[in-house]
Amino acid sequence: MLRWIPALTLTLFLAPVAAGLIGTLLPSVGLMPVLGGTTLTLAAWRELAEWPGIGTSIRLSLTTGLAATAISLIIVFACCATCHGTRLFGTLRRLISPLLSVPHVAVAIGFAYLISPSGWIVRTISPWATGWDLPPDLATAPDQYGLTYIAALVVKEVPFLLLMTIAALGQTRAAETLSVSRSLGYGPATAWLKTVLPLVYPQIRLPVLAVLAFSTSAVDVALILAPSNPPPLAPLVLRWFNDPDLTRHFLAAAGASLQLAVVIVAVAIWYLLERVVVRAGRRWATGGDRGRWGGIGRRTSIGATTIVIFMGFMSLHGMAIWSLARRWRYPDVLPSEWTLGNWARQADSLAWPVWTTVSVGVAAALIALALVLGCLENEKRYGLQPTTRMLWLLYTPLLVPQVAFLFGGQVLLSWVGFAGTWPALVWSHLLFVLPYIFLSLTDPFRKLDERYIRSALCLGASPTRTFWQVKMPMLLRPVLVSLAVGFAVSVSQYLPTVFAGGGRYVTLTTEAVTLAAGADRRVVGVYVFLQAALPFVAFVIALGLPAWLYRDRRALRVAP
Amino acid sequence: MAQEENKLQFDDVSVTLRGERLIENLSLTVGPGEITTVMGPSGSGKSTLLAFACGTLDPAFTEKGRVILNGIDVTHLPPEERRMGILFQDDLLFPHLSVGENLAFGLPRGLSSDERRARIEAALADADMETFAERDPATLSGGQRARIALLRTLAAEPRALLLDEPFSKLDARLRERFRRFVFQHATEQSLPTLLVTHDPADAAAAGGSVIEIGPTVASGISEGGAHLPQDQSHGGLTPQVE
Repeated sequence: MLRWIPALTLTLFLAPVAAGLIGTLLPSVGLMPVLGGTTLTLAAWRELAEWPGIGTSIRLSLTTGLAATAISLIIVFACCATCHGTRLFGTLRRLISPLLSVPHVAVAIGFAYLISPSGWIVRTISPWATGWDLPPDLATAPDQYGLTYIAALVVKEVPFLLLMTIAALGQTRAAETLSVSRSLGYGPATAWLKTVLPLVYPQIRLPVLAVLAFSTSAVDVALILAPSNPPPLAPLVLRWFNDPDLTRHFLAAAGASLQLAVVIVAVAIWYLLERVVVRAGRRWATGGDRGRWGGIGRRTSIGATTIVIFMGFMSLHGMAIWSLARRWRYPDVLPSEWTLGNWARQADSLAWPVWTTVSVGVAAALIALALVLGCLENEKRYGLQPTTRMLWLLYTPLLVPQVAFLFGGQVLLSWVGFAGTWPALVWSHLLFVLPYIFLSLTDPFRKLDERYIRSALCLGASPTRTFWQVKMPMLLRPVLVSLAVGFAVSVSQYLPTVFAGGGRYVTLTTEAVTLAAGADRRVVGVYVFLQAALPFVAFVIALGLPAWLYRDRRALRVAP
Repeated sequence: MAQEENKLQFDDVSVTLRGERLIENLSLTVGPGEITTVMGPSGSGKSTLLAFACGTLDPAFTEKGRVILNGIDVTHLPPEERRMGILFQDDLLFPHLSVGENLAFGLPRGLSSDERRARIEAALADADMETFAERDPATLSGGQRARIALLRTLAAEPRALLLDEPFSKLDARLRERFRRFVFQHATEQSLPTLLVTHDPADAAAAGGSVIEIGPTVASGISEGGAHLPQDQSHGGLTPQVE
């Protein structure tokens, strides 16, 4: 049976993406029999081209996506270059890891409130510093240029890219390379940028492209923080999909296809930028500049990283406090009256979204874990060599914009009478959960000393018994962590829930996005806080359970 | 099958990795309680030979020939049914199990729980570690870990013992003692034993026949290839070094 798991995984995983893309492309050229579209026509594309402000939407998608990715990457590299190998680096990493599990939507909503004219930042400096006795009349979130949108994406992407970079550093001979360059007289940051970065970048290129694709096509964060008139392309397409006038579906399909093209263009621009940077970097690296300017650079990059972490935490703390506030008048820094009433009042309406969120998240993570373990075990037992192409396949659902295939996927689901069901929801989440579980589990799994397994087999234990009694217990921590990662990814999904759930299933994330538009901040606070807390609890269990079970097993304890 | 018939045989074994010959036409017999030493530099395919015997050879290798244990051809049996006990350079005690549980993992199925407990206690006594059943293996000394590793292997009632440089990571004094401990058990239980090492002192202590594998200038075989001089490739019992 094991031999079939890789094929099964790819089918469950890539077939929907391919089918979904086809299901999007066909309606864009007028083919959608359900809505009477049986003739080939470019009408939808013409309508799209003439849509007022479409040019601005496209430009907004491209600029915000590229800017958010570039800024995040610069902060990450600056932080690594100046702090790599220092104790501060470890501290930053520990501070930043919890932010990774926080759903995008939670960060976006918290961030919007944080920097709004009546938000925490303005409150702390008003009225004594600003003279604002009333909240100023400024449009901060969203603002006209998408700056807050970019900033929120940066707050969310820096932790991800930083952790991917740290993982890549572990796979290269970074420390040796660094000491060789330092001994040749290069300052630490310059040495890192000139010699370690070229080793690390190829390893994190796929995650970087995934970040780029996400930032160029995000729907949930854009709904909350991006300019809305006109919005970036992805939320515009979603607006068309949700239009009660079903003929708009043709326009939406064309828009979704255009979104795919926009991501491809963004990736192409990124490749060009890479070329330019590589060429300039080569000249710089061989030019002999030792760059012992570390001091200022170090302070700047630590400052930038700290601001990112600070913003992330303040966004969430702000929401937690809102959820407990009874009276919180401007410009008070903290509420004047506290209450648990917001939670009590929401308890009933929370039950259903919480149940959907948890059950779908747990199911998707467990199924993905089973498939990933099956693939990895298969690879081990039959001595298959993992290839780079395999990695690209895994990244497919992360690189193809969600709107471009989820719509087609929904069309297919309706066609087989599966849309709007719980299994469909789980399956749609699986597409995004699986790659992350694979990425987080692969390394520990492949690194496990094969001789433990051989010892067990030679002691007469069957492969199955060896798997359950030796491999799984030894890998308990990474397995649970990967489950927590998968669960966190599932909790944060917005678009898959909207499409596959067919409007019948709401999760904390979809509710939070809906409420963000105008509901009472105290209610939004409850939803956002809970949405951020669930993955956090999952991580606490994933780290706490093995620590408790193996409290008397020194070799399995992780160095603090 | 009677103890006296314990016999480990390799019949015309060749192992190739991506076109490179690691072991070439090796035939060899190890009798009950005998310790045969295979010597060669690292990368010469010594460990490969043991992996072939256990059935844990990576699928990337191509193999030819047979392994016969007590007259039974085990070449195509899965590792867990071969009853080959193996000891590696590292003790490889399972870090999630206690010392006693590690020994229990090795014990065969179908024993009563009293019998299991008795055997674990006997093994611990054998290692001079009577009170160690509940201990975390990570808290043991190197010598203690090594002894438990051997006793775990023997707990599974193997028909032959394969030693993959198990002494090389111990310091000189400990190595000497553990070597005696291992050889004494192997002889007592009449196990045919195959020792792989690059340390001539191990070979001398084993006192059995010695086989050299690995590149030899005279044969003209390229680096990394394995070669057995003609007189050694048949009937490995011909004593070479005493």
